[in-house]
Amino acid sequence: MGRTLFEKIWQEHVVASPAGEPTLIYIDLHLVHEVTSPQAFDGLRLNGRTVRRPDRTLATADHNVPTDPISTPVKDPVSRRQLEALEENCHEFGITVFPRGHENQGIVHVIGPELGVTQPGMTIVCGDSHTSTHGAFGSLAFGIGTSEVEHVLATQTLPQQKAKTMAVTVNGKAPAGVSAKDIVLAIVARLGTGGGAGYVLEYRGEAITDLSMEGRMTVCNMSIEAGARAGLVAVDEATIDYLRGRPGVPEGEEFERLAERWRSYVSDDDAGFDAELVIDASELVPFITWGTNPAQVVALSGVVPSPDEFDDPDERDATQRSLAYMGLTPGTPVRDIPVDVVFIGSCTNSRIEDLRAAAKVARGRSVAVGVRALVVPGSHRVKRQAEEEGIDKVFLAAGFEWREPGCSMCLGMNPDQLKPGERSASTSNRNFEGRQGRGGRTHLVSPVVAAASAIKGRFASPSEVGA
Amino acid sequence: MKPVRVLEGRAVPLERSDVDTDQIIPSDWLKRVERTGFGRGLFSEWRDDPSFVLNDQSYVGASILIAGPRFGTGSSREHAVWALMDFGFAAIIAPSFGDIFRNNSSKQGLVIVQLPQGDVDELTKLVKEDPTRLVVVDVDHLRVEVPQTGWQRSFVLDPMTRERLLNGWDDIGLTMRRESAITTYEATSHAPTLTGVFDADGHTR
Repeated sequence: MGRTLFEKIWQEHVVASPAGEPTLIYIDLHLVHEVTSPQAFDGLRLNGRTVRRPDRTLATADHNVPTDPISTPVKDPVSRRQLEALEENCHEFGITVFPRGHENQGIVHVIGPELGVTQPGMTIVCGDSHTSTHGAFGSLAFGIGTSEVEHVLATQTLPQQKAKTMAVTVNGKAPAGVSAKDIVLAIVARLGTGGGAGYVLEYRGEAITDLSMEGRMTVCNMSIEAGARAGLVAVDEATIDYLRGRPGVPEGEEFERLAERWRSYVSDDDAGFDAELVIDASELVPFITWGTNPAQVVALSGVVPSPDEFDDPDERDATQRSLAYMGLTPGTPVRDIPVDVVFIGSCTNSRIEDLRAAAKVARGRSVAVGVRALVVPGSHRVKRQAEEEGIDKVFLAAGFEWREPGCSMCLGMNPDQLKPGERSASTSNRNFEGRQGRGGRTHLVSPVVAAASAIKGRFASPSEVGA
Repeated sequence: MKPVRVLEGRAVPLERSDVDTDQIIPSDWLKRVERTGFGRGLFSEWRDDPSFVLNDQSYVGASILIAGPRFGTGSSREHAVWALMDFGFAAIIAPSFGDIFRNNSSKQGLVIVQLPQGDVDELTKLVKEDPTRLVVVDVDHLRVEVPQTGWQRSFVLDPMTRERLLNGWDDIGLTMRRESAITTYEATSHAPTLTGVFDADGHTR
């Protein structure tokens, strides 16, 4: 029987498989950021250890950087200390680092692909659960905790139990107006927050292969929201075209030789999966989360659900709790819910394609009175490209804020936060209680729905603003 | 990490499902560069509520947390484990856990006890009837029990996690026993490195 893409990558990275112990696998690329690394570097120092492969380690500031103009100092002393610690640690251990304001700085899951250092067939880890994003390139990429960060720094390996495989097949063409975000919200809703636990997901089917690399990254990004540590998409010509000419890849014939090898990073036709989820793309519509976990999803055209719709008493309780936190009444049409803040950004939806799509909706229109709308590009490269295309002007003219890159309001570690009771339309990945600021109420949507909602002052589709 | 063989203590039932790591320790706490002192941030968005179970005097000092399904999903932040342990928890009992959280716990010696929902419900009931009842988590024999009532269940840990907990082994030390295998692997790996991609200041060449 053939092998799945996951099995191919796994087998190529086995360093040792001692009986009765987890398999030791090799890590090709370790991405580091300021939040989950300081304690790991301290651990190295305490034990007199070094970084085994600085040439396989790359660091950037992203989680807590303010998105104010770069000339403004970081006001919060605790944040500033953490950003300084990243630079100091990287200099001490010989790791390339992109501090705040550096031309290559940005969200770790945006810069890896855009620099071309994320490549097919690789194993990639980062102390961040959205590392699954890089799986869009046919690589095995997953999030780790700080102890594991320290372990990879010291050994360039990780002891791992082999995951099971799940095919997530989205058959047919996605209807017009359905974005990658809607596809993955549908998948998370179907699997639930725990359905992917223990699995590596392989996304496939026409609606997936039709997606651009940016769209595939959006889908892989939210694998963890269904409980899966990793999600991936097989390599095809879109993968190779995206990488051609990027700084991290060779040029000319050497690139073509590499590309030929990358084309083998697909599941064999006769490969078997441990589980499969099949979705009919024709049933997809624009979606939005209504509750406090990312599986609590309804159609944008739908209504807020009622606890009575659930048979399971625990689920009824959880629904009740979510509704209370979100300040919502069952039966309310989603499109009647007003928004206070719109956030377009995060490792899910802050790439150039996301900004182009949102700008198309915003062009020539105005943000509703009383709504604060932020656009936070995923990286300085994305920001520069958007500015070359005039996208910044479109947003600014419509009343959006055009900010410096970083994770920003996705997790509210920097000053971009919701106030208690404020409601957001957010292109990020998590609607957990307090995620975007204490007491804040988050609804996850696609970039075009976010832009339309900013203009209407309530949840809206692009067609409602004439886009 | 310290070896863990048998834990004995009082337990507190959280009775919530889908407690993600953002709830366990909000992101505001993640700016710190230390590994200690996170206990004050544990469940901090809920602790202002006087009716929150951790504010119930009858559970003060509990060292075992009983939670609902999918405990510790979401963000990979190991700070969640540090916060739980700093607060005084040594074991978490729940029907299911987030994968990364489970991994992180094993690195720090926080014992993860996965039991079927029905058993978690029974244990919750026993503890709520009498919060002074002691609960025992025996990592050696993979057993959890309430000795006062005779209630007893087995649980599963992967053999290596159990060994590491019992011996307090450091993961990096264990891996470095295989350093020659790592070196051999590296000699044959085709995967590109960052050499030559960036200059000393991180600019692309």
